[in-house]
Amino acid sequence: MSTTEIDRQWTTRLRKRVAGKLPPEKLLPDTQPTYVSSWIYVFGVTTLAALGVVIATGCLLAIRGPQWWHTSSVGHFINSTHLWSVEIFFFAMVIHLWGKYFMAAWRGGRALTWMTGVVTFLTSIATAFTGYVSQSNFDSQWISTQAKDGINSTGAGAFWNVLNSGQMLMWHIVLLPLAAVVLTVLHVLLVRVKGVVPPFEKSTEVAQ
Amino acid sequence: MTKAFRPDVDAPEWKGGYSPYDIVKEGIIAVVIVSILTVLLSVAFGSPDDPSITIKAWSTNAPMDFATTALSELNATSGTAGYGAPYNNASTGQQLGPLTLAKWVGDRIPVNTVNDFIIDPLKSLPKQPALTADLSQWSSASGSARAGWVKNYSQAANKMQIVSGQLVVNATNAGPLPVMMADLFQMARTGALDQALVTQNGFYTSDYTLPLLFLADGTYLSNIAQKQHLTGDQWGMMNETGNYPGQAWLWLYTFWYQVTPMNSSGNGDILVWGIMMVLSAGLLLTPFIPGLRSIPRKTRVYRLIWREHYRSLP
Repeated sequence: MSTTEIDRQWTTRLRKRVAGKLPPEKLLPDTQPTYVSSWIYVFGVTTLAALGVVIATGCLLAIRGPQWWHTSSVGHFINSTHLWSVEIFFFAMVIHLWGKYFMAAWRGGRALTWMTGVVTFLTSIATAFTGYVSQSNFDSQWISTQAKDGINSTGAGAFWNVLNSGQMLMWHIVLLPLAAVVLTVLHVLLVRVKGVVPPFEKSTEVAQ
Repeated sequence: MTKAFRPDVDAPEWKGGYSPYDIVKEGIIAVVIVSILTVLLSVAFGSPDDPSITIKAWSTNAPMDFATTALSELNATSGTAGYGAPYNNASTGQQLGPLTLAKWVGDRIPVNTVNDFIIDPLKSLPKQPALTADLSQWSSASGSARAGWVKNYSQAANKMQIVSGQLVVNATNAGPLPVMMADLFQMARTGALDQALVTQNGFYTSDYTLPLLFLADGTYLSNIAQKQHLTGDQWGMMNETGNYPGQAWLWLYTFWYQVTPMNSSGNGDILVWGIMMVLSAGLLLTPFIPGLRSIPRKTRVYRLIWREHYRSLP
């Protein structure tokens, strides 16, 4: 097989493209620009850490099935950890989002990074909502019967029935987390490829 | 010709220094701290788990509310009976200007309140001669005969009573309805109606559309929710049972339900959804929207974020 032939392989092309865009020193950097020194940067990694804890506690809940936590004190505690990790996740994510907004973090070809972050945020809201309607308690009865009117008014309720607990549970534990994780990975990779947005230059602060 | 630098779109190339950064250590420390914080919050506050409401509890604790709701399912005056898509074609449903989105999609989750909430559950009861005869009379009757019975029963039901745990409606010319509705009431109080509503499509099920719609048509569920600060005018969508933070991230969505005309319009839901769709699109497309993308530079909040960097500049 000739070198040219190898170079034309899809695998070779993909490897070269990935290695060019994201060399190891970018993927796992050991230095960062000196301007990356603010508490606001903590909330990005906190969001990621909380996502990991949310997934881990959700997996623990899944082991014994959806009714377990109603009848077991251990199950109820695991449910509490799932709830509070979600609260931490959203708290950190919202601060991260506002921080990035006020840094205008889309500058320098980072619009896709911003957009994947926003879609991840919206996907996370849907994921949390399906969790609330999958609790199989009074809260889920009330939230689902109220939310149906909003979703039905868009026409989406005909396909995404919030009163169908089985459908909501499947979306909560499979489809939406999968989407959220894929989007998060994409978002993080884009951050690594493009780097953290630099500060505004002094001369451009009041430019129109 | 060089392209002009756009401060809200372009970023300056960093020519300054770099400092050590251990990304793996940072990640692991974050996971440990978040895990500890999660456990501490869980130990301190736990999580709410108010038991679900059953139709048995509803018909026992609020029998008149259950009976009048069942009547509204029978005479098609309930919320579900007049809902429109996706449950039926009884109304146009909510509209966003000329857009009738729900109606366009149609009744893809068909619900017939008479059959699904009354007749079919009654058919699941073990054979009882009087009820069997009445169900047979109902199924073989013409549409106009049924309408006449429903009308007469509904008029008499204004004076319905619960006597010794029995539903009593002294209706004349109401055909089989007095027996059927009394049996449905008994069925509800035994818990059999709960089961019948979820097993209409077979033994295994995870679809609670019918019992939830039935429950939501009454006031028992909403009265409990009101006490828990969960109704729409109490910022209910973002609240949770007990004193828990709930879905605080839905504050903006919930906010619109407190504002005129959304809080009073029959199209309130689709108006709120329309607003949220536009706002979400705005957030998504912020990098491309002049004005919106300039706010960070003009407000100079970033000076707080990068204060060390600016302090180090000459």
